Amino acid sequence: MAEVHHHHVHNQDPEAGAEQRKAIWKTFWILLIITSLEFLIAFTVPHGVLKVSIFIIMTIVKAFYIVGEFMHLKHETKTLIWSILVPVIFVAWLILALLLEGNAIFEAIFG
Amino acid sequence: MAAHVTTPGAVEPKMWLGGIEPMKASYGKLMMWFFLISDTFTFSALLVAYGTARFSFPAFTGKHEDFTFSNAYWPVPERVYESVPFLHGVSLPLVFVGIMTFILIASSVTMVLAVEAGHRMDRANVEKYMLWTILGGFTFLGCQAWEWSHFIHGTDSGSVMSVIENGVRIDKTIFGANLTENQYGPPAFADFFFFITGFHGTHVFSGVILNILIFFRAATGFYDKRGSYEMVEKVGLYWHFVDLVWVFVFTFFYLV
Repeated sequence: MAEVHHHHVHNQDPEAGAEQRKAIWKTFWILLIITSLEFLIAFTVPHGVLKVSIFIIMTIVKAFYIVGEFMHLKHETKTLIWSILVPVIFVAWLILALLLEGNAIFEAIFG
Repeated sequence: MAAHVTTPGAVEPKMWLGGIEPMKASYGKLMMWFFLISDTFTFSALLVAYGTARFSFPAFTGKHEDFTFSNAYWPVPERVYESVPFLHGVSLPLVFVGIMTFILIASSVTMVLAVEAGHRMDRANVEKYMLWTILGGFTFLGCQAWEWSHFIHGTDSGSVMSVIENGVRIDKTIFGANLTENQYGPPAFADFFFFITGFHGTHVFSGVILNILIFFRAATGFYDKRGSYEMVEKVGLYWHFVDLVWVFVFTFFYLV
């Protein structure tokens, strides 16, 4: 496969990409704040369904920012976004199905 | 193909050899995305197996202060991971793994800054940010090596576990963990720890190697000659993915 070439304009302007860099740092702060909040919750909220749900939601929010901004998926074509998202939806189903299965094993042994 | 040789640069920008550009992404970038989806399946399989095993074991139901290590129930993670280098005997739950998370997120930021510099053909900044990313990767690996070493060697006094040896149930003091014994809980817990963090660590290691290669090629002017820094972007995708996996490992292994 031959290498595909891009034609970039060699831009010496220091202001070029400034907006993009701003978005990168914004994403960094969002990820940092969410992670710090996770720590806070880990030691303040009692263990239970609520705590686990909060953690899962925060993880998905972090994943959204990493994939959307850092991996730039948010700015790709719709077809590419869906080709990545649809398999992940099936994975989410697999997780749910096997957690229920694990619970059934628990009931069978200890229930 | 041989009859169709073109000089570099004569190809339409971003076009594949069929003359079109599916999903407005170059061939290499799209293939990286599809590789990452397949890698997602592998990591999901490991985490799904972990979830299944965890749900099929009894959970610790007593008061948090009363928790002791036992192979009768799944351990509370923050009681397992509470050590920090140079602070022997001090209980600092999840602090070290928090530092590791921060290092990986920070290295993801420097990576994306390198990608952005690459778009502007700014070689000096690509080099600078790639070096920071490599440093972050090595630091993370070093932290993980320490964490593994601590996990394997265990606490000072170990923990007494009721285990079956040669067909007889005996009480035995176990120090640390390996694939068959585990002082923190059921042996399956340690097995998953080694497999999941180990598989992730292997990915980080490969990522560092790729980052070094990219740095070397950028520093020797390879991408300037090629006229494109897109390789930085492709390896960047891989590096962010490794960070992404850690976000999930952090939640499902250390937090819940």
